[in-house]
Order: sequence, then structure tokens, then C-alpha cells
Amino acid sequence: MESLVKNDLITRPDISSGRVIKSVNTPDTLSTTKRLKRSHRHIRAENVFRRILIIVGWATVVLVAGIMVTLIFQSTLSIKASGFGYLWGKTWDPVRDIFGVYPFLLGTLLTSFLALLISIPFSFAVAIFLGEYYPTGWVSNLLKNTVELIAAVPSVIYGFWGLAVLVPIVRSFESKIGVEPVGLGIFTSSLILAIMIVPYAASLGRSMIQMVPSTLKEAAYSLGATRWEVIRSVVLPYTKSGMFAGIMLSLGRALGETMAVTMVIGNTSLIPKNIFAPGNTMASVIANEFTEADHPVYLSALIELGLVLFVVTVLINMVGKRLIKGFSKE
Amino acid sequence: MKALKSLALAGLAIAITGGMMLTSCGGGGTASKSDSTANKAGGEDNTILGAGATFPNPLYSKMFSEYNKTTGLKVNYQSIGSGGGIQQLTSKTVDFGASDAPLNGKQDSALSAPAVHIPITAGAVVISYNIPDLKDTLKLTPDVLAKIFLGEIKKWNDPKIAAVNKGVKLPSTDILVAHRSDGSGTSNIFTTYLSKVSKDWETKVGKGSSVNWPVGLGGKGNEGVAGSVKQTPGAIGYVELAYAIQNNMAFAKMQNKAGNFITPSIASITAAANITIPADAKVSLTNTEAADGYPISGLTWILVYKEQKYGDRSAGRAANMLKMIQWMIHDGQQYCAPLNYAPLSANAVAIGDAQLKTITYDGKPVLQ
Repeated sequence: MESLVKNDLITRPDISSGRVIKSVNTPDTLSTTKRLKRSHRHIRAENVFRRILIIVGWATVVLVAGIMVTLIFQSTLSIKASGFGYLWGKTWDPVRDIFGVYPFLLGTLLTSFLALLISIPFSFAVAIFLGEYYPTGWVSNLLKNTVELIAAVPSVIYGFWGLAVLVPIVRSFESKIGVEPVGLGIFTSSLILAIMIVPYAASLGRSMIQMVPSTLKEAAYSLGATRWEVIRSVVLPYTKSGMFAGIMLSLGRALGETMAVTMVIGNTSLIPKNIFAPGNTMASVIANEFTEADHPVYLSALIELGLVLFVVTVLINMVGKRLIKGFSKE
Repeated sequence: MKALKSLALAGLAIAITGGMMLTSCGGGGTASKSDSTANKAGGEDNTILGAGATFPNPLYSKMFSEYNKTTGLKVNYQSIGSGGGIQQLTSKTVDFGASDAPLNGKQDSALSAPAVHIPITAGAVVISYNIPDLKDTLKLTPDVLAKIFLGEIKKWNDPKIAAVNKGVKLPSTDILVAHRSDGSGTSNIFTTYLSKVSKDWETKVGKGSSVNWPVGLGGKGNEGVAGSVKQTPGAIGYVELAYAIQNNMAFAKMQNKAGNFITPSIASITAAANITIPADAKVSLTNTEAADGYPISGLTWILVYKEQKYGDRSAGRAANMLKMIQWMIHDGQQYCAPLNYAPLSANAVAIGDAQLKTITYDGKPVLQ
């Protein structure tokens, strides 16, 4: 490959002039030819590395687009059969090929947002405690690792635990407040989900809080602010967008969680009357019914359910991004 | 050089993912898929591939391992569910499929060539319940069972239940219905039975491996339903007999078509199959005519193509598989009872034998 050396700058015809590489100016230690040779090799390696990054990066995009295309393609049969009624139909009857996704859409959104609501106080508490009060030391290490372990436990174990421990507790609670004492349902699933998603917001929140410049905090302290005041008016405003990003991550996890939810939600296609009633989520319907979907329209309707879940997740993520942007602009 | 190599690797990875996406995009591309796997299946005559029902999986595993000891024939059986098994058979990626329900019209027409049903064993769905302080065994009639699962009978002390269980003190607790949330052959047998005995059920719900349940909670698998039943006082649900026996669950006596109350057992399931079975073996044992047969019973089948010469299958491979199936319905039956499956009745075995003899390779019968 041709290269020119002008005023210590190596230029190559295949690299646009905007991206000129400045060579290190060490004429005393290296002869010009040797330096040139090394630079060549370096440039080539740099280029190869850059290309790999580009290819692998684009591969992810292509993959996601491919999943989307597959979902759309495979669900055409169901889209043709049910049309838009699919989205607000209230009956899911595989025997008569009536497919309405509304109860599951409702179940997915209810469990996810309820779980988020329950988990936020805990994840914020953990984040502030670890980020601000005990950033180092064995207590903080223990807590940090335990919280991270929550994310590492397989979801089926949460399902088992929920079924064996949480369901009887919720059942006795339900009989005390006077709703039908079933134990399984939206509320139990939200509790399980809340536990599962705490680490995501907590970890991100903790590292955000630790990144708050100490000069800011010291300034506030020097003005006589108490710790609570520093957290409220310096740390939290500074980390707002990061905390919110953590919440979005948690929500994404909650929307797609399948196994643990399937085991405790009660799996009925009826529209839940209240948050203690049994319901179903889109992910768990797919997991439950996919293996035995015995005719093409049914299978296609399940794939369309996957498409709806995909779109809902994308939409929620987009709204989240918007909100984060809004926060960081302030 | 190293960098170039990794570039090549990255390129390869992308080519592969791209290729995978293309095949998955082309839903109609099953033809190419089946061709390549048919080649694979034809390669090694000593390994037979099968896929399908989960219900007989423990029995099949035992049978295949015993058969392997004597003949050296390996069977790779994937218990992915009846629907999946039928799909794999349709796309010819397996040598045999297994199903808890005979092929329905749509599935039959999806096959490129006719398939043969060979009954292997029978099982039953039992009605398990949780009524604390109930000493006697609960008795149920078809009508009462359907009304409970339709949500029309809501309390255990309903006069309709009391009329069947005379002299038994039933509590006033609410009935909680538990059903399977996953599509399953068990649900299929159960809903087929309810559709036969109740007009209301047939019109409102119907039969299938997943249905739109009017009431109740869904549990994943037998263990999910059993969990709901065990934990909730007043619950009623349906599970496989083998599962109920292994887990010491209480189950009800069902009234059969002849009017007798039958306790589900291996003997009463085998008795249920003691009816006239049609030559194609596609029969539902539910609501059996047999006087001492348990009414919610069902056969489970192995499905193979009638003409075994397809793809590049060898005659030896076809013969090996058919001999194995023949062994399963004869000598293999001894492994049924210890695993709580019901052995085939004599007439079911006769039908299975006759069916096997109709299978051909290139037009000639494989088994003499």
C-alpha cells in the first residue's frame, strides 16, 4: 500500500484526509525506514480491528432485524385470520381458532409495572446505601455480592420458591383481606418479579452514585447540608438519568420473564378482575402452548404473540430513552 | 496474519448467522430442511430417531434401553410433546413420531404420505381432589364432572355431588378447579371425554390439547396441577394416573358408560381398551363401552410412514425400526405395569400387528 510521509504525517490514499494518523516523532531512536515499516503494520492491524468491530456490530443489528422479520413472516397467517381484532380480542380459544391477546397484554403490563413499583424502593435503598453510606468494607461487599447473586439465580428456582413459600403466604393474606384465597395470581407474580429485578436498578444506581464528583458533595457539606440533604439535592438530581436507565433495564427484564411467572400466575385466559386474581402473560402463554400447537393458525397466533411482546418491549424502551434524554437535558 | 484470521472467523460467523436467519425466515423451507436431515437419518442404520409425546417417555426410555441390551439398536427419543412429534414426522426429520392423540384431519393432510398408527400402551387421567376430613373415596358422574369444570357447580356440598355420594358429609368450601396450562395429551384425553359426555362442554369449550377453560387455575405440567390441588383445600384437578399413584394423591371413582363406578387402575385401563378397535387403530378409549373399563383412558401411539422408502432410507433401517416396534407391543409390554402404564389388551396388540404388516419398503412388506 502506498503511503507518503509529509511533515511527520503519514497519509494513505485509502484513508480520507480527515483521518490522518500522526506518527510518533522519535527520529533519534528509530530510523525512518524502520518506523515506516512498523507504522504500516500498525495501520493494517488497526484497520482489520476496525473492520471486525464494524462487522460484529452490524451483525447484532442484522440479527435483531432478522428476528423481527421472522416473527412478522411467520405470523402472517394469524394476522390475515384475526386482523387487528387480535390486539383487543378478549377470548383465546385454540379449539375454535379465536385468538385475542388482550388478557395476556394486560397481564404482562400489570405484572411488570406492579413489580417495578414494588422493587423501586428496594433498589434505590440498596443503591444509595452502597453508593453513599458504605462504598467499601466487608459489609458493603457482602451486600453487593448478595444483590448481584439475586440476578444470577435461575428463574425456575424463583418459581419453585414462589410456589412452595410465597403462594401459601399470599393465600393466607388474601383470606384475611377478603378476596378469593387462591394464592396464585398477578400479585404473587409481581412479588417474585420484584425480587428478581432489584439487582439491575440497584447495581446501575450504585455505580452512578459513586461517580458523583466529590467536590459537589463537599461543597454542599461545607454549606452546612446534612447527609440526607446532600443525597436529596445533590446525589439524586445528579444521577437521575442513570437511575432511570436502571429502572428501564429492570422493566425490560420483568416484561420478558417467563418461567417464574408461569409457575405462580395461575395461567388462565380470563381477564383478571383485580390484582389478586389469576391471569397470564404473553411470555408464559408462548412457553406453555408452543409445544402442542397442533394446527398452523394456532402456531402462527402464538408467533404473533411473540411479535406483540417484541413490539411492546421496543416501544417501552423507546419511551424510556426519550425520558432519559429529557432528564439529562435539564 | 492473526488479525486476518480473526477477520475471516468473524466473516464466517456472520455468514452462518445469516444463513440461519434465511432458513428460519423461509417458513416454507421445510422441504430443504427435511432433505438434509433425511440424509442424516439414512446414514446410520443402528440409530433410530423418534420424537413426540411426553406422557409415555418413562416407559419408552425403559423399553429402548432394554431393547438396546439385546439387539444393540439405539433409539434417540426426544419427548417434545405430541404436536412437536407430529411436526417432525411431517418434515421427515425423525423415523417415527409418537402421539397421545390420533392424527386429526389437518395433520393428516399435512403429511406427504399416509402414516400408520400403532398403539403402544394405555394410560388414564384421574380426577384428584383435596377435601380435608373426607374419609371415603369421592364418586363422580360424567354430568357432575362436566358441571364442575364448566363452573356451574361451585361448592362441594352441592346437592348434585351429594346425590352421587350418599351418606358422605361434604364441606361447604368453594371448589377450585385446576387444569393444565401447557398444551398436553393429558388435557386432550380429558377434554375429549368431557366433550363426549356433555353437550354443554362440547359447544362451549370443545376438545384439544389446549382449550379456553371457563374456570380455574392453570398449572404447568402434572406437577403444576398436583401442586395446586395439594396446597389448596377444596381443589379438584386432573393428572395422569402414574403421577397420582407415585405421589399418593387421592383420586375419584368415575362412573362409566355402563353405569359402574370405576377406580382407575392398570387393570381397569386395560379393560377400557377391550372394545372393538377399528383397523386403523385410531380410536379414543374415552367413555368406553367396556363395563369394567375406566372411562377417561386413552391409548398412545407410535406413528410411522406406511411406505418406508423415502429420502435415502435403507431397507435395513426400516426393518430394524419395525422389528423394534413389534417387540414393544409384545415382549416390551412387561415393562408397562411396573411403571404404572397399562399393558395393551389382546385385541389392541392384534390390531397393532396387523398394522405393522401393512408397512412396505418400495412396495414390498417389510415384516413377514
